[in-house]
Amino acid sequence: MNGLALPVLALIVAVLIAVGPVVSVMRPKFAGWGSFAMCAIGAVAVMAYLIAGAPPQLLSVPFGLAGQPSVLALDGVSGLFLLVLMMAGTAASAASLDDQGHPLPTAPAFPVFLGGMALTLLAGDAFALVAGFELMSLASFTLVVTNHRDAGVRAAGLLYLGMAGFAALCLIAALALLAAHGMSFAAIRAHPPEGLRAMAVLALVVVGVGSKAGLVPLHIWLPPAHAAAPGHASAMMSGAMTKVALYVIIRLVFDLSGPAQPIWWSLPLLAMGLASAILGALRANIETDVKSILACSTVENVGLITIGLGLAMAARAADLSVLASLALGAALLHICAHAIFKTLLFLSAGAIQHGTGTRMLARLGGLVQRMPITASAMLLGAACLAGLPPSAGFASEWMLFQSVLGAVRLGGIGPQILVCVLAAGLALATALAASAAVRLVGVALLGRPRSQLAATAHEAGPPVRWALLLLALVIVMIGLFPAAVLGLADPALRILTNTSLNTHVGVLTVSPAIRFPGYVPLGVAALLALAAIGIAAVLRARAVAGHRAGPAWDCGFGASPTWLPFGDPLTQYSGGGFAQPLRRVLGGPLLSATTTLDMPQPGDTRPAVYTETAQDPSELYIFAPLANVRATVSGLADRMQFLTVRQILTVMVTALVVFMALVALMEQL
Amino acid sequence: MSAIASFLTLVLHLALMLAAAPLVLGLTKRIKARMVGRIGPPVMQPWRDLARMVRKQPVVADGTSFVFRAAPFVNLAAIVAAATLVPSFALGMASAPMADLLVIAGLLALGRAALALAAMDTGTAFGGIGASREMMFSVFAEPAFFLVVFTLALLAGTTNLDAVASLITTGALGLRISMALALVATLIVALVECSRIPVDNPATHLELTMVHEAMVLEYSGRYLALIEFASALKLLVWMSLIGVIFAPFGIAPRDGDGANLAPWLWAVGLAAWAIKIGLMSVGLSALETTRAKLRVFRVPEMLGMALLLGLLAAIFLFVSQGFA
Repeated sequence: MNGLALPVLALIVAVLIAVGPVVSVMRPKFAGWGSFAMCAIGAVAVMAYLIAGAPPQLLSVPFGLAGQPSVLALDGVSGLFLLVLMMAGTAASAASLDDQGHPLPTAPAFPVFLGGMALTLLAGDAFALVAGFELMSLASFTLVVTNHRDAGVRAAGLLYLGMAGFAALCLIAALALLAAHGMSFAAIRAHPPEGLRAMAVLALVVVGVGSKAGLVPLHIWLPPAHAAAPGHASAMMSGAMTKVALYVIIRLVFDLSGPAQPIWWSLPLLAMGLASAILGALRANIETDVKSILACSTVENVGLITIGLGLAMAARAADLSVLASLALGAALLHICAHAIFKTLLFLSAGAIQHGTGTRMLARLGGLVQRMPITASAMLLGAACLAGLPPSAGFASEWMLFQSVLGAVRLGGIGPQILVCVLAAGLALATALAASAAVRLVGVALLGRPRSQLAATAHEAGPPVRWALLLLALVIVMIGLFPAAVLGLADPALRILTNTSLNTHVGVLTVSPAIRFPGYVPLGVAALLALAAIGIAAVLRARAVAGHRAGPAWDCGFGASPTWLPFGDPLTQYSGGGFAQPLRRVLGGPLLSATTTLDMPQPGDTRPAVYTETAQDPSELYIFAPLANVRATVSGLADRMQFLTVRQILTVMVTALVVFMALVALMEQL
Repeated sequence: MSAIASFLTLVLHLALMLAAAPLVLGLTKRIKARMVGRIGPPVMQPWRDLARMVRKQPVVADGTSFVFRAAPFVNLAAIVAAATLVPSFALGMASAPMADLLVIAGLLALGRAALALAAMDTGTAFGGIGASREMMFSVFAEPAFFLVVFTLALLAGTTNLDAVASLITTGALGLRISMALALVATLIVALVECSRIPVDNPATHLELTMVHEAMVLEYSGRYLALIEFASALKLLVWMSLIGVIFAPFGIAPRDGDGANLAPWLWAVGLAAWAIKIGLMSVGLSALETTRAKLRVFRVPEMLGMALLLGLLAAIFLFVSQGFA
């Protein structure tokens, strides 16, 4: 039975990549069901495989470079990521069925996207890894430009394509450096890189593949691209694709580069992780588009995961194996939790866009009345985003904080102060995420509608509702039983850190030190439930039942005038208003946020204009100078067009002579 | 035997916390009145107010959803859960294995988020201003408190409150500069979390100075009773937390795996707790009568100070102890 997992998964990948697009074109109706069935079967197969202890498996397939078969491999690490991918994929495929009989023109790319991600995770050699990664990038690019008539979408797609190309270059270069003795992972493991070569691999992977995961400073593409794709595609991009990129980082840096790497290898991961966590969370407080907010929070969560990876790496290098597995366990738990709740949130955001026709906070509001199921699902997802107990987000952030605490044993006073800063930064990021979650739910779902669009919203169709219900169930389970998820992650922990967390994980508890009790999610949930029941019982015995409805008091403003069809939404706090205090305190230094008020003179009838701007520092310091360089170079090249025929001939002859002189010189050397 | 003792202690502790929370608020109000030369309301007044509010039928604002009606329950449930975890007069309660400092902070955050969402649900300007400012404060208060937890965990090796308190009671730590710095940081965070002067004025109804009061402006009847009770309990939870971490004198020590059932230890613990809470009430009243409320944008600066103190506390510990 167990040996079947890898062939079954390979078959699923083949069907998704080869048959999926054909069916999508011929019979669009079946394509969504097909992806759904494939992902569901895959999820069951991987679950069975992980429960059975995840023995490593290899499979040779007759595709690949000329004359060479490719190797597919399955072990605890790829198994865990595949489980997450398949679960998110099941829900997203189900949600894609809600197309009102008008399949998207880019629908054929969706199964390829799923298959490409699965192939990346199943890869057992460098070729399959690159093939899967590129398939995933191209298919997701196609999905991003679905609404290509919109100029903003085209710009986002172009930026995404550029960044994907950059990531591909880095990945291929890194694998070329690694695979000096053979393409298969076994051969790479046998000859881990050393010295300069290892440093180059680390730099290429962290920068190149990190850009795919959305790590600062190359995260600029992520918010616009994730916002531009249709709901189920952006759910998979944010929920699963960033995880696949993290998997590639884990596979190349943790596994294939060998355990003998120095402790400073963790520094780039920690620094980029912390920067991503804080910057992503802050931007999530300022963005005004629902999907951009979610995408920025993805940057934050990828940052948190990367901090966990960095700590695990440092601990492994320092031979603190329990700490290493605790930090890696926190990262893997957060990967599982984030993949599920971010898929849930993006699917709800897609439902909101579908039901209202807009994603701008300034036009939403009061959706909980018209879309109760979507809104409830989003509320649950936001609780995870905010890391409130007993949600799944709290469990993984708790573990992450515990591993930061343990990291003080890593070294002398310098590293310890860094760890302290890391702890403060982590707390700041989680608190910012909580504020962003309250803002998202409070402005988009609660209160009064801010426009006709929001006032006439309609609930999502049945497929989306079922998908949301499925994801909600899974995320509640992860929140209440994080120990079970860590049990599934145990084979991965044993592969990557050689240590199991079994002794630290009870049935219901997780504890970093065996001597002391840890976190008991079910106990906290029971305590909350008992308290709520007790309060309700006391009120039932003592209080007057029922309530009267009346206009909001609002310190005497009274009811909204009837001639305003939606009340007076302008007195209601907007997304921009909610963000203003944080913008003023943190936005200035971190995002160069500015506000200008253009107030007309008395007697002047033109309106007052209030403008807010904010710019991501990496846009300011990396992308803007790059764009300048490009403009300069193309300006210089442009002059060539305006040369006369004689000048062009002169240039060509000179170039030829110089080239031949160079060749002659090289011959001499 | 010890399991029964732990459970008995927990029941008594919870009953005591719930009964005393409005009284502590009443006591603080009375002391404050005396300090400015008034007689002030009787100490029982908050209880009487609660009883009266529970008997009134609430008015629910038009256009609000289930979030508005559920939030008072979630808020109070979260704070009752936190109150269950923070020891008052004895250690080793049945809830001790769950009493993680981060969980307590998380529960308080849950209550805060519930109220902020309810405020947004009313769709009024006051709800929005209150929610926005409250979340801004929390963004700075949480890192400061986490650094305090960090310092304590460095000393005790765990974030479990009961274990931290046990270690401090046994005197194994002695007097430390780190603890003093952490105490100041915690006091600042507590003032912010409990919406007291100089951050927020619990007595005000002047619109532009409100933060917490603005969030709960639309509540009435039993819902308001739940919220008022929750904020009284929150104050007592923070006082007990500060007491058990920074002044654990007289608290009944734990006995092996569970609580101690010796009556004299309980008596001493109860008396010590009452004295500590009384002293803190006097201190709070003195602070509130002598200080004015800060401007909203000065509060992050004050919290930044708390953050810095928390960082210094941890660094002092590294310097003096040298973990490695």
